[in-house]
Amino acid sequence: MITFVSPTLDYALLAPILIVLGGALIGVLIEAFAPRSARASSQLFITLATLALSLASLVRVRSGASTTAAMESVTFDGAGVLLQGSILLIAIISVFLLADLDNFTALAAALPGSDEERTSLQQDLKVTEVYPLTLFAVAGMLLFPVATDLVTLFVALEMLSLPLYLLAGLSRRRRLMSQESALKYFLLGAFSSAFFLMGIAYLYGYSAAVSFSGIHAAVIGGTGNDIYLLLGIAFLSVGLLFKVGAVPFHAWSPDVYQGAPTAVTAFMAAATKVAAFGAMLRIFYLSFAEAYWQWRPALIVIALITMVFGSLVAIAQRDVKRMLAYSSIAHAGFLLSGVIALNKSGLDASIFYLFAYGVATVGAFAIVTLVRDSAGEVTDLNRWSGLGKRSPWVATAFAGFLLAFAGIPLTSGFIGKFSIFSAAYESGSTAILITGVLSSAIAAFFYIRVIVLMFFKDPVEDGTSVVIPSVYTQITIAISAVVTFALGIYPTPLINFIQSTAQFLR
Amino acid sequence: MTMLTNNGLVYLIALPLFGALSLLLLGRRADKWGHLLATGLSAGSFAVGLFQLSEMLGREAESRPVTQKIFTWISVGSFNVDASLLLDQLSICFVLLITGVGTLIHVYSISYMSHDPDRRRFFAFLNLFIAAMLLLVLGDSYLNLYVGWEGVGLASYLLIGFWNQKPAYATASKKAFIMNRIGDMGLSLAIMIAFASLGTVSFSGVKEQAHQASEATMTAIGIMLLVAAVGKSAQFPLQAWLGDAMAGPTPVSALIHAATMVTAGVYLIVRSNFVFDAAPTAQLLVVIVGAITLMFGALVGTAKDDIKKALAASTMSQIGYMILASGLGPAGYAFAIMHLLTHGFFKAGMFLGAGSVMHGMNDEVNMRRYGALRKFMPITFITFGFGYLAIIGVPPFAGFYSKDMIIETALNAGGVKGILLGSTALLGAAITAFYMTRVMILTFTSPKRWDDNQHPHESPILMWLPMAILAIGSVTSGFLLSRGATLKHWLEPLFEEHGEHIELLPPIVVSGLALLMVAMGVALAVVKYQLSEVDAVAPENVTEFTRVARRDLLQDEINETLFMRPGQAITSALVKIDQSVIDGAVHGIGKMALGSGSFLRKSQTGFVRSYAALILIGAVALIAAIWVVTT
Repeated sequence: MITFVSPTLDYALLAPILIVLGGALIGVLIEAFAPRSARASSQLFITLATLALSLASLVRVRSGASTTAAMESVTFDGAGVLLQGSILLIAIISVFLLADLDNFTALAAALPGSDEERTSLQQDLKVTEVYPLTLFAVAGMLLFPVATDLVTLFVALEMLSLPLYLLAGLSRRRRLMSQESALKYFLLGAFSSAFFLMGIAYLYGYSAAVSFSGIHAAVIGGTGNDIYLLLGIAFLSVGLLFKVGAVPFHAWSPDVYQGAPTAVTAFMAAATKVAAFGAMLRIFYLSFAEAYWQWRPALIVIALITMVFGSLVAIAQRDVKRMLAYSSIAHAGFLLSGVIALNKSGLDASIFYLFAYGVATVGAFAIVTLVRDSAGEVTDLNRWSGLGKRSPWVATAFAGFLLAFAGIPLTSGFIGKFSIFSAAYESGSTAILITGVLSSAIAAFFYIRVIVLMFFKDPVEDGTSVVIPSVYTQITIAISAVVTFALGIYPTPLINFIQSTAQFLR
Repeated sequence: MTMLTNNGLVYLIALPLFGALSLLLLGRRADKWGHLLATGLSAGSFAVGLFQLSEMLGREAESRPVTQKIFTWISVGSFNVDASLLLDQLSICFVLLITGVGTLIHVYSISYMSHDPDRRRFFAFLNLFIAAMLLLVLGDSYLNLYVGWEGVGLASYLLIGFWNQKPAYATASKKAFIMNRIGDMGLSLAIMIAFASLGTVSFSGVKEQAHQASEATMTAIGIMLLVAAVGKSAQFPLQAWLGDAMAGPTPVSALIHAATMVTAGVYLIVRSNFVFDAAPTAQLLVVIVGAITLMFGALVGTAKDDIKKALAASTMSQIGYMILASGLGPAGYAFAIMHLLTHGFFKAGMFLGAGSVMHGMNDEVNMRRYGALRKFMPITFITFGFGYLAIIGVPPFAGFYSKDMIIETALNAGGVKGILLGSTALLGAAITAFYMTRVMILTFTSPKRWDDNQHPHESPILMWLPMAILAIGSVTSGFLLSRGATLKHWLEPLFEEHGEHIELLPPIVVSGLALLMVAMGVALAVVKYQLSEVDAVAPENVTEFTRVARRDLLQDEINETLFMRPGQAITSALVKIDQSVIDGAVHGIGKMALGSGSFLRKSQTGFVRSYAALILIGAVALIAAIWVVTT
């Protein structure tokens, strides 16, 4: 007989997530009731306050003992808190970028090219819905890496994905392209979610449990039908690999990165990666670790293909946003080596890498928003030539982020790559090490090509200029640049902190 | 025995560093008060130094050194370097010299640079220099020292080229920087050898191992350290940059290129006494370099008409004395430092005096266009005169004590070596007396040779006050430091005991000989310049020696033929190889990657249906792969 036990939720532990959800709801209410003129500023304030409050309560949670909450469906442990902290920090600097509402369409519901659109543009409307949507996505992202049962994991996945689908379609310029990319993202996302759900079903079939610990127990016990485990891992991986943009599940990302408003791309590229890799690390380290001989070879192959493919195709790109998209694919490959490493140093390195990469990504996209002509952002790389002569600071900052992506010493990227590859090597994956270093070298080729283009070519006279960044964008760029270089020059405190904190609680 | 720690050391460096950063970051907003802040912070650092001295005096000799760990800098496996400071009997001397003389020169510069639109930037660089120089003398390992070493190099470069709108000055700063790089390379090689063979780069670590390590290792380290010292202290054969460095504003010449930075080489050798004591060959090289340079500088000094370049040549020569002393082993270390300190007073004072003369003479530097300035600039004359008496070594002025000790120690070095070194040092003293008297006469006491649109006048109080204070130092410091061998006993705990004291000649005879040489030098100069007429234009019909000495004994020509032209030839050959072979290979690989990238790019069709198909294929492949592995 099944007795129903009323669930005990540990609100104190869930506070960081609940605060973000509360802030999002307040944002919705502001959309409904506040006068148009007051929305932009109050939404920005509410969003930042929510995120800051959430971060503060996260710090409080950290000091509490690692434990589970909400009937063991989520677990707050060192690694989870670090990942959540990274997501919140990245979200905060991205929100400053969102605050430049000129990048967003005036009225999302208006058809492109319709009279309605024209009127809304004349009235100078702004879609302030961006803020609550972002907060909903952040809440999902916060839940994703701490979820410890498959159902919660799936809920979190959808919670973070749905707002992102909408956000991707809100670009002010080239709206058709933006909406197309949003639709693509949605369709493919739904498709991969189906795989994910199927994987959950098989894993339940295998272990008769949805909790990570239950699956772990089944794997150790070895009583289940291994075919189900195999199918479960494979299907679940498809869903997760889709989110992180690993080859061959990457195809959406260049189109979406290019079509989405750049501020959204920045947030999505940085924060989604942290959340998705966080969840992936947790489930592979906690549930599938003992079955590593089954999945590891396949995952190694995927990691290798992803690194090489991302680096090679990035070279051929002529659009800066697509180039960054392929670069992010290559980085997904590098990050997979942290999952494959399956040891403590792999976990530490992944967390450091995710944070460092996320911050640099937001900074790089923030700079993309600054290079414009009369029709909006200029993403054609050829027109970036000579940027260093016209706007030395902007070009220098961009060069810094590119060097971080390339993993050049004195940037955070170097420390990240160094530690993640050494972790992979430690676990015996020499192939990962060699391919990783080689594709980093290929990748350096196109990053440095852009730097050469900016600094050593003559400017083209076609009206491309760098707009003077708003204070908000300046904050984003400044924080990203400082973090990127600080972590490159003096990473020891953060590394020590991660080493002493990061662990998964089973 | 563990060393005492003291958390106040960092303020010595932090104060001027803060000044440099805030003046540079605030930019024009700090124009009005920036120089006052910088001067105040330098004085603050001096006050911290005095406080540390009083603390140190209160402790027993063996517990005087204190350290402070700031943070762990490098921690790789068993190799650890902390960013730590060490203040012991040796570094406190330097701290007080740097901050004391530095502060006086800050005060002087307030007035000297008052018409310069970039005065704030100048003070920012001065503070930067003070901070870097303090780091150099306070670092507790060769690696920490190296940071300061590079820092003072940077500050020197920035300040020599401070008026870089003049191409010649910009070139001078570049020359100084590049020649210093050779020395810096020596220092980094020394650090690498120490790390590779001893596994440590801290002073205490190297000292511990100095006796166990092979002599060859210590000799290699010693020679590399000597290369470093030679570059930074403008010693033969890397001396050529110092004369050109006079392009910088005169307070810079006084602070960096006379009193402090150029003496860093002496500090390095004395600090590394344990290396040189264990490496006699390297020690011998040190002495040779010192002896050659002291003669070289003195000879160049006799022919220079530019007052600053004459003083620069003299600096080179005086540092030659210090290097010579520091190469004489435990007997000479204390005297090297003593001469360094007294020289810091009198040479800085004379440079400031030269600046004061230039200030009154519309920036004229040619001494042949001076003359009779005693009447117009009495204070400058007196303070400069004290410095003059000190440098030529007239008792009881400072130089007498310090230089006399060096000559005496050199003579007592034993054997032919002692006689050679001693007589070089004595001869150098005579030449020093000659060229310094020449400077004195040409500037102050000979008949006037300037035209009537010059209106020489005494400098304002902010300028002459520092000069006066330094002049007091020039008079008293030698007596104070040598009375009862104060400095020698103070520094003694740091050095190895040295063996039996040989006495070739009794001290009183050495002093007598030295004074005789000085008197001869002075007399010759008086006859040649005071009693006979001086041309306002440098005469052309001069001996071959004068011609060569005017061109710094052909140092630039030699450098250009031996190093610059072959270097340029190698560079252009390497560029050709780089362009054809290496770039060819790189571009080839790049093109290949680009080609495959363009090919793979075609998979991105833009159709959702093909993307979804790709996902499906991927999923099937993944399952297949896992299946294959599992079964």
